[in-house]
Amino acid sequence: MSTLTQLKAGESVQEIQLEPVSRIDLIKYAGASGDFNPIHTIDEEAKRAGLPGIIAHGMWTMGNLAKLFTPYYEVGFVKDYSIRFKGMVFLNDVITLKATLKEVNEPSLRFEVQALNQNGNEVLKGEVLFAQY
Amino acid sequence: MFNDQVGKRSNKVKNVVERGAVKKFAEAIGDLHPIYFDEETGRNSRYQNNIAPPTFPRTFDYGVIEGLNLPNKGLIHGEQTFHYERPLVVGEEILCYSEVKKYFEKKGNFGEMGFLIVENFGEDAAGNMIFSSTSTVVISEAVRKVLTK
Repeated sequence: MSTLTQLKAGESVQEIQLEPVSRIDLIKYAGASGDFNPIHTIDEEAKRAGLPGIIAHGMWTMGNLAKLFTPYYEVGFVKDYSIRFKGMVFLNDVITLKATLKEVNEPSLRFEVQALNQNGNEVLKGEVLFAQY
Repeated sequence: MFNDQVGKRSNKVKNVVERGAVKKFAEAIGDLHPIYFDEETGRNSRYQNNIAPPTFPRTFDYGVIEGLNLPNKGLIHGEQTFHYERPLVVGEEILCYSEVKKYFEKKGNFGEMGFLIVENFGEDAAGNMIFSSTSTVVISEAVRKVLTK
């Protein structure tokens, strides 16, 4: 579990590929987060908003991405997490979560993080500052 | 059109980092790690309790900013940040409030877009800041037109 702290700049955390996005994923996130904007769950509402279909909550993807760091809760915590939402995530998209160590500034590790869809397009990009205890 | 809202704050609202809510949230983001729900794992950790995922503050009630009327449709979440002094611990009480940070308009592909930045805060009972977060919400020209009607 100390692999995070053994990384060198330029190296990446083991990436995670999510199961294809399902409607139930988004219904669950709506319920757990309290974000019931219907473009995330109801087809007609998404179409009315000019979308081809329902899209994932940006915060669903951002929430998922943070799990790259969860196993390291004993060595540190996510101090800063900033994200720009770059593209929409649709039903059945297959999202891959990545984090690459950019800089070590003891006790902080600065990671570039991103989520890509099955076409290799960035749907979300940002930074995590992981502070070691 | 939101310029006159900048600097406005909501009243503080007491929120509890609820055990069940944390577990449901962790499940919903596919991060069901025992540190978020298993009591023994929590007890044996450096936090001596379970903690909440970094994006959990999304679930909190931040109160109402008087006069800030945002539609519940047609908004685009552009950017999001979180800043922590330490992870949130299950069971603790957090006082939450929000403030309108900034508003500006910019020409984009879909006409003149409005960018509204709202900052949220979470303090412990002693008034120590535990976390803050900012949301950048993009409001299209079409939506703003409806709002001014």
